[in-house]
Amino acid sequence: MDLKLGHHTTDGIEVVDVEGEIDVYTAPRLRELLIDLVNNGHFQLVVNMEKVEFLDSTGLGVLVGGLKRVRAHDGSLDLVCTQERILKIFRITGLTKVFGIHDSVDDAIASRKSEK
Amino acid sequence: MATVEMTFTPLPTHVRTARLVATAVARRSGVAEAFLDEVRLAVGEACSRAVEVHQEHCPEEPVRVALTGSSGRFEVVVTNSAAHGGDAGWQGAGSGAAPGQDGDSQNGIGRPSWAHVPAGPQNEGSTVTPAGTEGMASSGESTAPGFPPDLPQELGLAVIAGLADDVEVSRTGDGLSIRMSWPSGGTTG
Repeated sequence: MDLKLGHHTTDGIEVVDVEGEIDVYTAPRLRELLIDLVNNGHFQLVVNMEKVEFLDSTGLGVLVGGLKRVRAHDGSLDLVCTQERILKIFRITGLTKVFGIHDSVDDAIASRKSEK
Repeated sequence: MATVEMTFTPLPTHVRTARLVATAVARRSGVAEAFLDEVRLAVGEACSRAVEVHQEHCPEEPVRVALTGSSGRFEVVVTNSAAHGGDAGWQGAGSGAAPGQDGDSQNGIGRPSWAHVPAGPQNEGSTVTPAGTEGMASSGESTAPGFPPDLPQELGLAVIAGLADDVEVSRTGDGLSIRMSWPSGGTTG
């Protein structure tokens, strides 16, 4: 499977559902979606990666870029991921210190709400 | 002689194919199941970088991948043909060092100044910290200045170094190659 993207609003936070592989070929689509969401005024984002089967540095770059964009509007971008094989690349690159990574969308939303 | 050799047009869509082939050959070569995800990711990173370089400098040249499983090692060599001016992302990245040889360099290729590159899976817990991320704590504080524009390129090599047992970047007659290997349980011809 390549990449399947969807998004919906929950409690004022835009949840982006990602399914499939995020690599040099598919990452531009995720990038475009994140840019569109920010351009449309969505600055509180949660990216649900529970169905992501592959993530490489291109994908990391897209997520980092998204984080930069929302932070420019005092927003946030949190991740949902419990898959060790996906978390591994975050650990190797030290990006676990940069992103809030949660076990579920509900946890991510609750965490963000509690910081407001 | 490589177990499998492949060349592919430098298009992003073919990187996935290269990953799948490498994983299949690794499995046949006896690489432990636990390492197959690492093989897939590392080969994908190397091929992605090669595709980007080729697209910029030599889009007519194919990316070359050689996969060899013998003598207890599974080795992958990804070669890009952009010998000069096309390997800026590799220059200063990748020490050519075997695990444990932090700071060494081969063939004039050093290591990015920001990267402490862990040497393979045995360094679990070691991390690479991309420049510009120091202030980007997840607490929601104001961010540090933006990331260097070539972050994905250097990050890719750092990821490879964190995954492969042994990584070496070197110049070849045709360009630049990255060699990475993992232990394997069997031999194939």
